[in-house]
Parts: sequence; structure tokens; C-alpha cells
Amino acid sequence: MPVLPLDGLTEFAATITANVDQPYLFQARQMQALSLAVHIPLVCFGIAFPAMVLYMEGLHLRTGDPLYRAIAKRWSKVMLILFAVGVVTGTILSFELGLLWPRFMERFAEVFGMAFALEGVSFFVEAIFIAIYVYGWDRLPARAHLLAGVPIVVAGMTGSLMVIGVNGWMNDPGGFELDAAGNVTDVNPFAAFVNSNVWHETVHMYLAGIMVAGFIVAGVYAFGWLRGKRDRFHRAAMVVPLTFACLAAPVQIVVGDWAARTVAEVQPTKLAAIEGLEETTAGADLTIGGILTIPDGLSLLAQHDPDAVITGLDAVPVDERPPVAVVQTAFQTMVGIGTALAVLAAVYLATMVWRRRLPRSAWFYRAVVAAGPLALVALIAGWIVTEVGRQPWIVYRVMRVEEAVTGAGGIPVGYVTLALVYAGLAAIVLFLLRRLARRPLEVETPEEHR
Amino acid sequence: MWLADLAGTILLLGLTAYTVLGGADFGAGFWDLTAGGAQRGARLRGMIKRSMGPVWEANHVWLIFVLVVFWTAFPRAFGPVMETLYIPLFLAAIGIIFRGAAFALRGEAATIAEARALGATFAFASVLIPFFFGTVIGAIADGRVPVGGGDPWRSWTGPVPLFAGVLAVAIGAYMAAMFLAGDAARSGFDDMVRAFRARALGAAVVAGVLAIAGLVIIRFEAPGLYDGLTSGPGLAAVAGSALAGLVTLVLVWRGRYEAARYTSAVAVGAVVAGWGFAQRPDFLPGALSFDEAAAGDPTLIALLISIGIAFLVLGPSLWLLFRLSLRGRLDTEFRPITAASRDEE
Repeated sequence: MPVLPLDGLTEFAATITANVDQPYLFQARQMQALSLAVHIPLVCFGIAFPAMVLYMEGLHLRTGDPLYRAIAKRWSKVMLILFAVGVVTGTILSFELGLLWPRFMERFAEVFGMAFALEGVSFFVEAIFIAIYVYGWDRLPARAHLLAGVPIVVAGMTGSLMVIGVNGWMNDPGGFELDAAGNVTDVNPFAAFVNSNVWHETVHMYLAGIMVAGFIVAGVYAFGWLRGKRDRFHRAAMVVPLTFACLAAPVQIVVGDWAARTVAEVQPTKLAAIEGLEETTAGADLTIGGILTIPDGLSLLAQHDPDAVITGLDAVPVDERPPVAVVQTAFQTMVGIGTALAVLAAVYLATMVWRRRLPRSAWFYRAVVAAGPLALVALIAGWIVTEVGRQPWIVYRVMRVEEAVTGAGGIPVGYVTLALVYAGLAAIVLFLLRRLARRPLEVETPEEHR
Repeated sequence: MWLADLAGTILLLGLTAYTVLGGADFGAGFWDLTAGGAQRGARLRGMIKRSMGPVWEANHVWLIFVLVVFWTAFPRAFGPVMETLYIPLFLAAIGIIFRGAAFALRGEAATIAEARALGATFAFASVLIPFFFGTVIGAIADGRVPVGGGDPWRSWTGPVPLFAGVLAVAIGAYMAAMFLAGDAARSGFDDMVRAFRARALGAAVVAGVLAIAGLVIIRFEAPGLYDGLTSGPGLAAVAGSALAGLVTLVLVWRGRYEAARYTSAVAVGAVVAGWGFAQRPDFLPGALSFDEAAAGDPTLIALLISIGIAFLVLGPSLWLLFRLSLRGRLDTEFRPITAASRDEE
């Protein structure tokens, strides 16, 4: 079987797969997007929050201060609730892969399925040790308890690595060939996983997870701080997650640059959509917010060369271009917020390092309160860039979404049902977390648990 | 060929684990639902929550395992199943959201109305999820899933799928009652032991009667499946399951709950295996064989290696969790759940 170049593959695939008669394709995509948008913030807490909880418990073990233990214990309950909700929203995603995109799974699950199997293992490890950790307070020896938390941290990270491997593959599909009948052959699951996107996407997401979880948790206590609750509890519970987030924020800019350059190379059309670049241009300018134009900026950004040729949207037919306005707006939102958060982080780190104290301005704490929700917006915006920027492909230049979608009826019914259920779920979780936060902290005297 | 068989065996083992462990979880919800009024059912509900707390998430993850192995190893069957049986699958998925959320959050309920609403949500969903999953299994076994998608309603509302749904609920209820009786015995709550022992025996009788009735239904509705279940390895599996079921019944009768856990798992596993034997070599009877449904060898090998890694990592982890759990190292204080009680853990 001759190896088909990627460009030839497109026309080729179109001749052997048929579009599905599905009038609600857009609703199916919306339903998938909704489910991802609900799940991804919980993933951030899965990636980053266990490390913060363990750090707190470690502080307790080192200093013997019961306050740190009380904070870690309280956070672990929040961690359990968020994990439990993440388990169900993650299960929904697994179902939707099949319920909404059965033809995609039918054809390609054998290529990327192994990554999901390993993600399942991570998920399993997480579930086991989160139970041991949260139910083991007061019952396991102190060091054993801390050790029981380590697999939670590791599994949270490997799990997202695996899923991102699949996403990276959808954007840079390899590890298989198509035969003359359009069947998938010569599958190499490992080659599929090691695609050109997996590493930068993973690091980008880890940092995003740390920023989202860190800024949100810190924001809760910064809110209390602003209202005069300036006790040791609020200070410690704010400083730890804030420091995690502020260390990640500046690095994220560098990683974002790495991501942009890889996109320029692997998915030039996505980059063109990000910048709304209609025609292929040498020395392309960068426009920020529609106002500020940096000469040769895009060429510099994408290839670190002011004269570099940037592929425009005109390189592909009209029906193979993503919706430019959505991708462009999402990208600018992400970059704008990311830059602002990096500035906030710089202020915090500079004050802590040189003045050896917390910033004093109320505006700083207001900014920390706002940083959590903003980080969340940037996270979702970033995923919109990745996912909408890939359209109309589900597997980049191999399978279009209209070939992948289910032929089943009832998509609008499912979409509305799921939206209502998720809205209710979000309301209940927020309500209960608020009440959990209002309970007085149970600080025990050291003798009680030794 | 043998790779596909091995992957199919692993899929059925995962399904067995989910039926035993996840099923017991759902069954606990069934007993919660039927525990009676707020005062009468308070101790039962407290016992259920205490036993399930540490293990329910790990039990649930078996479902993810089954899904992942299914779509990776048998992608060409996964598509048609999803495209045909989307109604029961979607309803089960919505049930999973309700159940997981209600269970995770129930400890935080502060008022009578909240505890009741969350408790009822948890319990209702616990019954509906195994029912809908049961109909999916029944629809596949009954040959109602053609390649390319079948009828969204008739595929799962025939006698065999509906029977499979009811049987799934009954098996879960039986498993749960037995596990809970064992847990109560370990903790020395004699009234709870009596209550759950009676429920286990009652559910065992119901499940046994259902199984026999089911064979009659299958005899007329799905003759091919019936032949498979009543000859060769299928028959051996069914007989083994019946035997293990009877042994379990005797063990529960005599209060040997620990041993009963294992024999009941054997009984369920044998039924699942019997189903596999009965429809082999078909994956989707009348539509797709195991070999036709299976992914290529490199994928199957990669999957089996992944599962090998999983076994090395998860085996000791699960062993630790269940050991700690069974020895009471993860127990929370026992509190009856009355409508007004508030649980701090």
C-alpha cells in the first residue's frame, strides 16, 4: 500500500465516506462543547489541587502547626466533591464520544483507543487513592496518609496527558494508513499518541490547570481578606494557591509561544483563522484587538522571522475553513487574559521576593478575586481556539464532522436535557461549596491526632 | 483471532466486575429507596451511606473501563450499539449524573427537604441506571442491533431487553444486601445484619425466579441464544452460575457473608461468560462476528499491554483500598440518616 501524502488524503477520504443525514449537527457540536466546558474546569482541579492539598499537609508535618492540617483536611473534602462531579461529567463525555460521533469511533477508535485505556487506569488510581486519602484522615499514620496522596497527584497528571494525546492526534493524525476502500490499516497506536501537539498541549494545559485552580482557590480567601478576615487561616489558604498560580502564569506565556509556533507548522489554516489572515503573506502583520497593528508581528510570532511567509485562509477551499470570527475572538480573549494574569503574578512575586510581605493595596486583592473566573474564561477560550480552529474536521484533513456525527434523532432533546441537568448541578455544587466554606474551621490541638 | 478472543474475555471480565461491584452500589440505592419512611429507614440509610462512601467511585470506574475496552478493541460494534441504543444509554448517562451528584453531595444536606430531595434522587437513579444498562445488554443478545443503526425504540423494548433490565436491578439488589449484611456483621450491628440478611434472601429468591422465567422468555424470543445457553460451554456456565448461586444462598443463610461475596461474584461472572459463549462467534448476533468487530492486531496488542500495566498498578491499589475498607480503617462514625441529621464527614 503506497503511503498517501496528507494533501491527497483529503480528496481520497471524501470519496469513501458519506455525509450523515443529520439536521442537528450544529446542536450535536454544541452539546459536545457544553459537556467539555463543564468537565474541563474540574480537570484543572484534578491536575493541580491535589498538589496544593499535599503541600499544606506537608507544611503541617514539617511545622506541626495544626492550622495547616485543618486547611488540608477541609480542602480534601472539596477535592472529593469536585472529583466526584468530575467522574460523572467525564463519564458523560465517554458516552458522548459514542452517542454523538459513532462513525468517528467506529473508524478511528482503534488508532487512539490505547490512550483512553491508560487514561482509564489513571482515573482508577485517582478514585482509589482519593478515597483512601479523604477517608483516611485520623485513621492512617501521618506519613502513610501523605504518601496516599501522591498517586492522586501523579494520576491527575497522567490522565490528562492521555486525553490530550488523543486531542493532539485529532489535530495531527498519524499512526495509521487508509487502504483503497478507506479502511484504517497499519495502525501504530504509539505513533498516533506521539504526535506533534501532545507535548505543548499537555504542558499548556498543566499550567492552565495550576492557574485556574490556584487563582480560584486564592480568590475565595482574597474575598474574605478584603472583608477584613485577615487571620492566619485566610493568609495561609490564600498564599499557597496564589503562589502556585503566580509561578505558572509567566511560564504560560513562553509555552503559549511554543504552542503558536507548532500550530503554524502543523495547522497553518488554524493560525490563519486565529489572525483572520485572508491571503498568504510574507512579513504578515499582527493585529491585536482590531486596533493595534504590529508590523511583521505575525511572522515574528509564528516563525521568529519578520519576513516569514504565513499561509492564509485562501490556501484551502472555503468549505474547509473554520469560523474565523469565533477562533479569532477566542484567541484574543485568551492572550489578553493570560497577559493580564502574568502581570498580576509579576506584581505578587516581586512584592514577595523583594519586600518579603504581601501586597497591601486592596486593588491587588480585588484583582486576585477576579483572576479565578478570568483564568477559567481564558481556559475555555483556549480550547475553543483548538477545537473550533480545527473545524470542519474531526480528524484534521481526514474526516469531517458531518461524516462522523450520528444519524440518530433526538439531538435537540438530549442537548436541552443535558443543559438543564448541568445548570442544576452547577447551582447545587456552588451552593454546597459556599456552605462548606462558611462552617468554622475545625482546628484540633496537636495531641488529638497524634 | 485469539487476540480478539482475549480482548473479548477481558471485556466480559470488566463487565462482570461492574455488575458485581457497580451493581452492588446500585442495589444499595434500591434498598435506600425501599427503606421506608424517614424514621423507620434511618438506620438502613445510615448503614448504606457508611458502607458505600469509600468505594463507590472506584466501583463506578469499571464502567469507564468497559467503555474504553469496548471502543478500542471492538470499534465496529461500538458504533452501531451507540447509534441504535442511544435512548437507554442517554437515560442511563443522565441517571449517572443525578446519582453521582446526589451521593457526593448528600453529606452536605442541612435541612429535611434537602436530605429528602438528594436521597430520593440518588435512590431513583440507582434503580434506573442498571435497568437501562440491562436493556442494552438484552438488546445486543437478542440480535436487535444491526450494522448502521437500528430502531431506536423497538431495539430495547422487546421482552428480552426488558427482562434483562429487570434482572440487572434484581442482581444488584441481591449483591448489595449481601455486602451490606457482611459489613454490618463486621461492625457488630445485629439489627442491620438481620435486616439485610432477610433482604438478601428475598432478593436471591426473586433473582432466581427471574432467571428461570428469563430462560423461558429467551426460549421463545431468541432461540439462537437459548440454544447457546443450553448446550456446550454455555450450558456449563449457566449450570455453574446456578450452583454458585445456590452455594451463596446457603452461605448467606448461615451468616458466612465473607465467603458469599466471592461465590456471588462467581455466579454473576458465570452468567456473563455463558452469554459470551452462547453468542460466540457473533458480537452483534446476526450482524457482526467478534473478528469482524475487532480492531487490528497492533491495537489489540497495545490494549492488552495497557491492561497488563493497569493490572500491575491497579491490582495492589484496589487490594489496599478493599483491605482498608473491609478492615474498617476507612469507616466513618455510624449515624442513622434521619431527615434532619447532618453528616460532617
